[in-house]
Amino acid sequence: MSEDRHPLFMPLIFVGGLIFGFGLGFSQMARPEVVLNFLQFEDFGLLFVMFGAAIVSGIAFAVMPRIRDNAPLTGDRYERRLKPFDRNVLVGGAIFGVGWGLSGICPGAAYASLGVGNVTILWALAGMFAGAYLQGVWRSKRATTETAPAGAD
Amino acid sequence: MVADPVSLQLTAELFPNGIGRYAVGGLLVGLGAVVIYIGTGIPAGASTFLESTLSYVSGQSRFQQYVSSRDWRVVFTLGIILGGLAFAATIQSGLITTSLYEAGTTGELYEVGGVTLWSTAVQPWRLFLGGILVGIGTRIGKGCTSGHGVCGVGSASKTSLVGVATFLTVAIGTAQIVAAMGVSP
Repeated sequence: MSEDRHPLFMPLIFVGGLIFGFGLGFSQMARPEVVLNFLQFEDFGLLFVMFGAAIVSGIAFAVMPRIRDNAPLTGDRYERRLKPFDRNVLVGGAIFGVGWGLSGICPGAAYASLGVGNVTILWALAGMFAGAYLQGVWRSKRATTETAPAGAD
Repeated sequence: MVADPVSLQLTAELFPNGIGRYAVGGLLVGLGAVVIYIGTGIPAGASTFLESTLSYVSGQSRFQQYVSSRDWRVVFTLGIILGGLAFAATIQSGLITTSLYEAGTTGELYEVGGVTLWSTAVQPWRLFLGGILVGIGTRIGKGCTSGHGVCGVGSASKTSLVGVATFLTVAIGTAQIVAAMGVSP
Protein backbone atom coordinates (compact mmCIF):
# COMPACT_ATOMS: atom_id res chain seq x y z
CA MET A 1 0.00 0.00 0.00
CA SER A 2 2.79 2.43 0.81
CA GLU A 3 4.82 2.05 -2.42
CA ASP A 4 2.30 2.66 -5.18
CA ARG A 5 0.00 5.10 -3.62
CA HIS A 6 -2.36 7.08 -5.75
CA PRO A 7 -1.03 10.65 -6.23
CA LEU A 8 -4.23 11.99 -4.68
CA PHE A 9 -3.98 9.80 -1.57
CA MET A 10 -2.02 12.23 0.59
CA PRO A 11 -3.86 15.36 -0.63
CA LEU A 12 -7.17 13.71 0.19
CA ILE A 13 -6.02 12.68 3.68
CA PHE A 14 -4.87 16.26 4.20
CA VAL A 15 -8.17 17.78 3.05
CA GLY A 16 -10.09 15.33 5.23
CA GLY A 17 -7.94 16.37 8.19
CA LEU A 18 -8.53 20.05 7.40
CA ILE A 19 -12.32 19.65 7.45
CA PHE A 20 -12.11 17.47 10.55
CA GLY A 21 -9.96 20.03 12.41
CA PHE A 22 -12.05 22.99 11.24
CA GLY A 23 -15.13 21.19 12.58
CA LEU A 24 -13.47 20.61 15.94
CA GLY A 25 -12.63 24.31 16.08
CA PHE A 26 -16.13 25.35 15.00
CA SER A 27 -17.83 23.09 17.56
CA GLN A 28 -15.44 24.45 20.23
CA MET A 29 -14.67 20.87 21.23
CA ALA A 30 -11.06 22.00 20.78
CA ARG A 31 -11.55 23.96 24.01
CA PRO A 32 -11.05 21.72 27.08
CA GLU A 33 -13.32 24.04 29.09
CA VAL A 34 -16.24 23.31 26.78
CA VAL A 35 -15.68 19.55 27.15
CA LEU A 36 -15.44 19.88 30.94
CA ASN A 37 -18.67 21.92 31.00
CA PHE A 38 -20.33 19.08 29.13
CA LEU A 39 -18.97 16.40 31.47
CA GLN A 40 -20.13 18.48 34.45
CA PHE A 41 -23.65 18.63 32.94
CA GLU A 42 -23.54 22.39 32.40
CA ASP A 43 -23.95 22.28 28.61
CA PHE A 44 -25.10 19.17 26.77
CA GLY A 45 -24.40 20.60 23.32
CA LEU A 46 -21.32 18.44 22.88
CA LEU A 47 -23.57 15.43 22.34
CA PHE A 48 -24.43 16.96 18.97
CA VAL A 49 -20.77 16.99 17.96
CA MET A 50 -20.17 13.31 18.61
CA PHE A 51 -23.49 12.00 17.43
CA GLY A 52 -23.73 14.46 14.55
CA ALA A 53 -20.36 13.24 13.32
CA ALA A 54 -21.29 9.59 13.92
CA ILE A 55 -24.50 9.97 11.92
CA VAL A 56 -22.68 11.53 8.97
CA SER A 57 -20.02 8.84 8.97
CA GLY A 58 -22.69 6.19 9.59
CA ILE A 59 -24.40 7.14 6.34
CA ALA A 60 -21.14 6.71 4.44
CA PHE A 61 -20.37 3.40 6.16
CA ALA A 62 -23.81 2.12 5.22
CA VAL A 63 -24.02 3.49 1.68
CA MET A 64 -20.52 3.19 0.21
CA PRO A 65 -20.23 -0.64 0.31
CA ARG A 66 -23.48 -0.80 -1.68
CA ILE A 67 -22.35 1.64 -4.36
CA ARG A 68 -18.80 0.44 -4.94
CA ASP A 69 -16.66 -2.49 -3.92
CA ASN A 70 -13.36 -0.67 -3.63
CA ALA A 71 -12.13 2.77 -2.65
CA PRO A 72 -10.79 4.61 -5.71
CA LEU A 73 -7.47 5.73 -4.20
CA THR A 74 -6.39 2.52 -2.47
CA GLY A 75 -8.41 -0.30 -3.98
CA ASP A 76 -9.27 -1.30 -0.40
CA ARG A 77 -12.67 -2.77 0.23
CA TYR A 78 -15.23 -0.57 1.95
CA GLU A 79 -15.68 -2.05 5.38
CA ARG A 80 -17.16 -0.89 8.62
CA ARG A 81 -14.93 -0.14 11.58
CA LEU A 82 -15.41 -3.31 13.60
CA LYS A 83 -12.93 -4.33 16.25
CA PRO A 84 -13.00 -7.44 18.38
CA PHE A 85 -14.29 -6.96 21.88
CA ASP A 86 -12.21 -7.98 24.86
CA ARG A 87 -11.43 -6.77 28.36
CA ASN A 88 -8.98 -4.18 26.96
CA VAL A 89 -11.89 -2.16 25.58
CA LEU A 90 -13.23 -1.73 29.12
CA VAL A 91 -9.88 -1.26 30.87
CA GLY A 92 -8.51 1.13 28.24
CA GLY A 93 -11.82 2.94 27.97
CA ALA A 94 -11.88 3.50 31.72
CA ILE A 95 -8.28 4.80 31.78
CA PHE A 96 -9.07 7.08 28.83
CA GLY A 97 -12.21 8.23 30.65
CA VAL A 98 -10.27 9.30 33.73
CA GLY A 99 -7.81 11.19 31.53
CA TRP A 100 -10.54 12.83 29.45
CA GLY A 101 -12.50 13.82 32.54
CA LEU A 102 -9.41 15.24 34.21
CA SER A 103 -8.10 17.19 31.22
CA GLY A 104 -11.12 17.78 28.98
CA ILE A 105 -9.10 16.86 25.92
CA CYS A 106 -8.91 13.86 23.57
CA PRO A 107 -6.37 13.24 20.80
CA GLY A 108 -8.16 14.72 17.76
CA ALA A 109 -9.39 17.73 19.71
CA ALA A 110 -5.87 18.26 21.07
CA TYR A 111 -4.41 18.55 17.55
CA ALA A 112 -7.14 21.01 16.55
CA SER A 113 -6.66 22.87 19.82
CA LEU A 114 -3.02 23.47 18.94
CA GLY A 115 -4.26 24.91 15.64
CA VAL A 116 -6.64 27.41 17.25
CA GLY A 117 -3.65 28.76 19.18
CA ASN A 118 -3.75 26.74 22.37
CA VAL A 119 -0.03 26.43 23.03
CA THR A 120 -0.74 25.20 26.57
CA ILE A 121 -2.23 22.03 25.06
CA LEU A 122 1.33 20.90 24.34
CA TRP A 123 1.27 19.66 27.95
CA ALA A 124 -1.55 17.31 27.03
CA LEU A 125 0.14 16.24 23.78
CA ALA A 126 3.39 15.53 25.64
CA GLY A 127 1.38 13.48 28.13
CA MET A 128 -0.40 11.56 25.35
CA PHE A 129 2.89 10.61 23.69
CA ALA A 130 4.34 9.61 27.08
CA GLY A 131 1.28 7.49 27.84
CA ALA A 132 1.25 5.86 24.41
CA TYR A 133 4.97 5.12 24.82
CA LEU A 134 4.54 3.63 28.29
CA GLN A 135 1.81 1.24 27.20
CA GLY A 136 3.84 0.40 24.08
CA VAL A 137 6.91 -0.57 26.10
CA TRP A 138 4.79 -2.59 28.48
CA ARG A 139 2.91 -4.41 25.74
CA SER A 140 6.08 -5.01 23.69
CA LYS A 141 7.68 -6.65 26.72
CA ARG A 142 4.61 -8.71 27.47
CA ALA A 143 4.36 -9.84 23.86
CA THR A 144 7.96 -11.12 23.87
CA THR A 145 7.80 -12.84 27.27
CA GLU A 146 4.53 -14.57 26.52
CA THR A 147 5.38 -15.07 22.83
CA ALA A 148 1.65 -15.07 22.32
CA PRO A 149 0.57 -12.65 19.62
CA ALA A 150 -0.74 -9.55 21.35
CA GLY A 151 -4.14 -8.39 20.23
CA ALA A 152 -3.23 -6.18 17.32
CA ASP A 153 -5.67 -3.45 16.58
CA MET B 1 -44.46 22.89 21.20
CA VAL B 2 -42.03 25.53 20.03
CA ALA B 3 -43.83 28.20 22.00
CA ASP B 4 -44.17 26.09 25.13
CA PRO B 5 -42.36 28.17 27.75
CA VAL B 6 -41.47 25.16 29.92
CA SER B 7 -39.71 23.26 27.15
CA LEU B 8 -38.05 26.46 25.96
CA GLN B 9 -36.67 27.05 29.42
CA LEU B 10 -35.52 23.46 29.71
CA THR B 11 -33.79 23.72 26.34
CA ALA B 12 -32.06 26.89 27.45
CA GLU B 13 -30.84 25.16 30.59
CA LEU B 14 -29.57 22.06 28.84
CA PHE B 15 -28.08 24.02 25.94
CA PRO B 16 -27.02 27.46 27.23
CA ASN B 17 -24.99 28.00 24.04
CA GLY B 18 -27.61 26.62 21.69
CA ILE B 19 -26.97 23.59 19.54
CA GLY B 20 -26.08 25.25 16.22
CA ARG B 21 -22.33 25.41 16.59
CA TYR B 22 -22.19 21.89 18.00
CA ALA B 23 -24.31 20.37 15.26
CA VAL B 24 -22.51 22.18 12.43
CA GLY B 25 -19.12 21.37 13.95
CA GLY B 26 -20.12 17.72 14.34
CA LEU B 27 -21.30 17.52 10.74
CA LEU B 28 -17.93 18.90 9.60
CA VAL B 29 -16.01 16.43 11.77
CA GLY B 30 -18.08 13.63 10.25
CA LEU B 31 -17.58 15.05 6.76
CA GLY B 32 -13.79 15.06 7.24
CA ALA B 33 -13.87 11.39 8.20
CA VAL B 34 -16.22 10.60 5.32
CA VAL B 35 -14.00 12.32 2.71
CA ILE B 36 -11.14 10.07 3.78
CA TYR B 37 -13.35 6.98 3.92
CA ILE B 38 -14.85 7.49 0.48
CA GLY B 39 -11.47 8.07 -1.13
CA THR B 40 -9.46 5.44 0.68
CA GLY B 41 -11.76 3.08 2.56
CA ILE B 42 -9.94 3.99 5.78
CA PRO B 43 -12.04 4.66 8.89
CA ALA B 44 -9.65 7.20 10.39
CA GLY B 45 -9.00 7.65 14.07
CA ALA B 46 -6.86 10.29 15.71
CA SER B 47 -5.12 8.38 18.49
CA THR B 48 -3.22 5.83 16.36
CA PHE B 49 -1.05 8.79 15.30
CA LEU B 50 0.52 8.71 18.77
CA GLU B 51 1.88 5.19 18.35
CA SER B 52 2.55 5.38 14.62
CA THR B 53 4.65 8.52 15.14
CA LEU B 54 6.54 6.86 18.01
CA SER B 55 7.61 4.19 15.50
CA TYR B 56 9.86 6.85 13.88
CA VAL B 57 11.95 7.12 17.03
CA SER B 58 11.38 3.87 18.94
CA GLY B 59 12.19 0.29 18.01
CA GLN B 60 9.63 -1.14 20.45
CA SER B 61 7.90 -4.03 18.72
CA ARG B 62 4.45 -2.76 19.61
CA PHE B 63 4.84 0.29 17.35
CA GLN B 64 6.13 -1.55 14.27
CA GLN B 65 2.65 -2.54 13.08
CA TYR B 66 2.05 1.14 12.32
CA VAL B 67 5.13 1.75 10.17
CA SER B 68 3.17 1.41 6.90
CA SER B 69 0.56 3.99 7.92
CA ARG B 70 2.71 6.42 9.88
CA ASP B 71 3.34 8.85 7.02
CA TRP B 72 -0.29 9.49 6.15
CA ARG B 73 -1.19 9.69 9.83
CA VAL B 74 1.27 12.58 10.16
CA VAL B 75 -0.43 14.26 7.19
CA PHE B 76 -3.88 13.66 8.74
CA THR B 77 -2.78 15.22 12.02
CA LEU B 78 -1.16 18.18 10.24
CA GLY B 79 -4.46 18.66 8.44
CA ILE B 80 -6.35 18.68 11.75
CA ILE B 81 -3.95 21.24 13.23
CA LEU B 82 -4.18 23.47 10.15
CA GLY B 83 -7.96 23.02 10.08
CA GLY B 84 -8.04 24.41 13.61
CA LEU B 85 -5.80 27.25 12.49
CA ALA B 86 -8.08 27.94 9.52
CA PHE B 87 -10.97 28.25 11.94
CA ALA B 88 -8.92 30.65 14.08
CA ALA B 89 -7.89 32.74 11.05
CA THR B 90 -11.41 33.06 9.71
CA ILE B 91 -14.23 32.79 12.23
CA GLN B 92 -12.34 33.23 15.49
CA SER B 93 -10.63 36.31 14.01
CA GLY B 94 -13.92 37.78 12.80
CA LEU B 95 -12.95 37.65 9.12
CA ILE B 96 -16.07 35.57 8.60
CA THR B 97 -18.92 36.34 10.95
CA THR B 98 -21.56 33.85 11.95
CA SER B 99 -24.18 33.93 14.67
CA LEU B 100 -23.04 30.44 15.62
CA TYR B 101 -19.71 31.72 16.96
CA GLU B 102 -19.33 33.40 20.30
CA ALA B 103 -15.93 34.23 21.71
CA GLY B 104 -17.07 32.92 25.06
CA THR B 105 -15.61 33.51 28.48
CA THR B 106 -13.38 30.46 28.73
CA GLY B 107 -9.63 30.61 28.39
CA GLU B 108 -7.89 33.59 26.88
CA LEU B 109 -8.00 35.18 23.44
CA TYR B 110 -4.82 36.76 22.12
CA GLU B 111 -3.64 38.08 18.83
CA VAL B 112 -0.64 37.27 16.68
CA GLY B 113 -0.20 38.98 13.31
CA GLY B 114 -3.87 39.83 12.98
CA VAL B 115 -5.02 36.28 13.78
CA THR B 116 -7.09 35.86 16.94
CA LEU B 117 -5.85 32.83 18.79
CA TRP B 118 -7.20 31.13 21.88
CA SER B 119 -5.50 29.42 24.77
CA THR B 120 -6.92 27.34 27.60
CA ALA B 121 -6.97 28.26 31.28
CA VAL B 122 -7.13 24.60 32.34
CA GLN B 123 -4.12 23.99 34.53
CA PRO B 124 -1.08 22.33 32.92
CA TRP B 125 -0.91 19.52 35.51
CA ARG B 126 -4.44 18.48 34.57
CA LEU B 127 -3.55 18.52 30.88
CA PHE B 128 -0.32 16.60 31.35
CA LEU B 129 -1.59 13.97 33.79
CA GLY B 130 -4.84 13.62 31.87
CA GLY B 131 -2.85 13.39 28.64
CA ILE B 132 -0.79 10.48 29.97
CA LEU B 133 -3.96 8.58 30.87
CA VAL B 134 -5.51 9.45 27.48
CA GLY B 135 -2.38 8.14 25.75
CA ILE B 136 -2.45 4.87 27.69
CA GLY B 137 -6.21 4.38 27.65
CA THR B 138 -6.97 5.13 24.01
CA ARG B 139 -4.29 2.75 22.82
CA ILE B 140 -5.20 -0.09 25.16
CA GLY B 141 -8.91 0.50 24.60
CA LYS B 142 -8.55 0.31 20.78
CA GLY B 143 -9.73 3.81 20.04
CA CYS B 144 -10.62 7.31 21.10
CA THR B 145 -13.43 9.76 20.57
CA SER B 146 -12.93 9.73 16.79
CA GLY B 147 -12.07 6.07 16.21
CA HIS B 148 -14.70 4.60 18.54
CA GLY B 149 -16.95 7.65 18.87
CA VAL B 150 -17.29 8.73 15.24
CA CYS B 151 -16.23 5.84 12.98
CA GLY B 152 -17.03 2.99 15.38
CA VAL B 153 -20.45 4.27 16.43
CA GLY B 154 -21.09 5.16 12.76
CA SER B 155 -20.34 1.52 11.98
CA ALA B 156 -22.76 0.38 14.71
CA SER B 157 -19.86 -1.58 16.16
CA LYS B 158 -20.80 -3.14 19.50
CA THR B 159 -17.20 -2.90 20.65
CA SER B 160 -17.20 0.83 19.96
CA LEU B 161 -20.58 1.41 21.57
CA VAL B 162 -19.34 -0.31 24.73
CA GLY B 163 -16.06 1.61 24.51
CA VAL B 164 -17.85 4.97 24.19
CA ALA B 165 -20.27 4.13 27.01
CA THR B 166 -17.28 3.22 29.19
CA PHE B 167 -15.13 6.28 28.61
CA LEU B 168 -18.07 8.67 28.62
CA THR B 169 -19.39 7.36 31.95
CA VAL B 170 -15.96 7.34 33.60
CA ALA B 171 -15.14 10.80 32.20
CA ILE B 172 -18.37 12.25 33.57
CA GLY B 173 -17.67 10.74 37.00
CA THR B 174 -14.09 11.99 36.97
CA ALA B 175 -14.96 15.52 35.88
CA GLN B 176 -17.71 15.76 38.52
CA ILE B 177 -15.38 14.55 41.28
CA VAL B 178 -12.57 16.89 40.22
CA ALA B 179 -15.03 19.82 40.11
CA ALA B 180 -16.48 18.84 43.51
CA MET B 181 -12.96 18.93 44.94
CA GLY B 182 -12.85 22.57 43.93
CA VAL B 183 -10.32 22.24 41.11
CA SER B 184 -11.10 24.96 38.55
CA PRO B 185 -10.40 25.40 35.80
